[in-house]
Amino acid sequence: MRCGTAFWNILAKDMRSYYLKPPNISWGIMFPLAWTAMFFIKSGSGLGSIPTLLPGVVAVSILFGTTSMLAVTVTFEKKSRSFERLLLAPIPLWVLMLAKTSGAILFGVANAFVPVVMAIFLADLSRIQWGLFLPAVFLIALASTFLGLFIAVAVSEVFEAQTFSNFFRFPMVFLCGLFFPIDKLPLFLKPVSYALPLTYGADLLHGAVHGRHALPYSLDLFLLAGFCVLLFALSLRNIRRRWIA
Amino acid sequence: MNRQHEPAIEARGLVKRFGEVEAVAGVDFEVLPGELFGFLGPNGAGKTTTINMLTGLARPDAGAIRIAGIDCTRNPKAAQHLIGVVPDESNLYPELSGFENLCFCAALYGMGRAEREDRAQKLLADFALTPAAKRKFAGYSKGMKRKLTIAAGIIHRPRILFLDEPTTGIDVASARQVRQLIAELHRSGTTIFLTTHYIEEAQRLCERIAFIVNGRIVRQDWVKNLLQPLEAKHLLQISCHGFPREGLEALAQAFPHYAFSSPGEGLIRVEGNDPVGVGPLVRFLEERGAEVSEARRMRPSLEEVFIAITGLEVDILHKEKEKGGGRP
Repeated sequence: MRCGTAFWNILAKDMRSYYLKPPNISWGIMFPLAWTAMFFIKSGSGLGSIPTLLPGVVAVSILFGTTSMLAVTVTFEKKSRSFERLLLAPIPLWVLMLAKTSGAILFGVANAFVPVVMAIFLADLSRIQWGLFLPAVFLIALASTFLGLFIAVAVSEVFEAQTFSNFFRFPMVFLCGLFFPIDKLPLFLKPVSYALPLTYGADLLHGAVHGRHALPYSLDLFLLAGFCVLLFALSLRNIRRRWIA
Repeated sequence: MNRQHEPAIEARGLVKRFGEVEAVAGVDFEVLPGELFGFLGPNGAGKTTTINMLTGLARPDAGAIRIAGIDCTRNPKAAQHLIGVVPDESNLYPELSGFENLCFCAALYGMGRAEREDRAQKLLADFALTPAAKRKFAGYSKGMKRKLTIAAGIIHRPRILFLDEPTTGIDVASARQVRQLIAELHRSGTTIFLTTHYIEEAQRLCERIAFIVNGRIVRQDWVKNLLQPLEAKHLLQISCHGFPREGLEALAQAFPHYAFSSPGEGLIRVEGNDPVGVGPLVRFLEERGAEVSEARRMRPSLEEVFIAITGLEVDILHKEKEKGGGRP
């Protein structure tokens, strides 16, 4: 009961204080729109290319939305010392961090649906396997959020978190098969691709949207879930080592 | 096991190192249930580090911690439901109102909505903050921020309250209100662990005091025991202008029955076993070009105890955080 009350109130406060603020709502809408427009114009192949581009745009929207917000909600609160209040609460650390990241997960899922809603009006999306698409979106949001948490815990300034995030984000955009197939990458880059969580999320999304995927869905889901657990566990370990040292 | 008679806080051989620096070097103390215990020392002495270890914000490198009989050395979360913490800086959420901040802090301890709203309203009234309840915390004055931070620390009715420098950086009137609030909390039975660098504040509020210097407790005792050896002393403080510190030696030669020290710029403290004669001293100073503005007989205070025990000047405490006028 105590954990539930604390969890819900941390999530509700973050939603009010950060995610539902007009600048973040507009950013959450504008960013995916800009990505969609950019790739649509770049491909130059007309409305028919939307199903091919959609998985990449969805994944990028989630990745940038979640990692950017964590830098604020965690790093900023740590710097202003209000995070100490949470660390003093009599709830397990994993519950606290799950509450603290839930807002970003929901924000990431909401971001994912901006390009989807746009695409509904422009293309035929009747072939999308929603039973696969929805868990894929959720797991990508989870993995991206925990990647953002891992970064936020490793730094002490908000600008460091943003810079450090880019170190992961931009290579992931180009190496995870979102817009460029992994089998067309140089041989030495392929192992890097398979070491990144978004590769498996992108594979799931491609499979769900237009049916072409490289790995079995069960393997994608298992590895993506594994990355989520690993990133969350590493973040908790770093919090214990660095913030409760 | 009956935990009623166990110490509220027990620290045994606490050690905390930051690289080469030993911030806390084997600290031992006990705080009894319902006691107001003062932890007094200059900046960097290890006060906040000790509080952080006791409350679970830092892990000791060695030693043991028990809170209300619960071993928290390896599991700092074990007793967090029993404690409240008021940090040295107000760290509530600037974007939330005073009322929302209190409700949020109560929710972290699992309090239900109706209970936390009632409690928040009562505390806002007790701390004379009701008119500002709906204002954002960012717009509060320093004194109001301090009071709301204390209210947030006790919103869940903790048995043990840690107060880290509660009056630093706030105006005199707010500091007086905060001290009254601390005294009321103590009267209501809350165990209070208070760190401060204001000696008079510690003397006025605390029952027992530990002096910490360079990470070590150099003395801990009941306030009356600390003051007892000074009761027979006679003290005089002279405020003057134009008398150099080096002149203390000349004073000591001219008046060998008294001990002289200078607790601050333009101040001379005279200590004797017999009543100190003011006239000869003032004449001596004026003959040497000093302009005496005040000569005041003083009651023995913890300042003398602090100087005697630590060998430090009291100024080292007062100068450490010149953030405001919170001095008692």
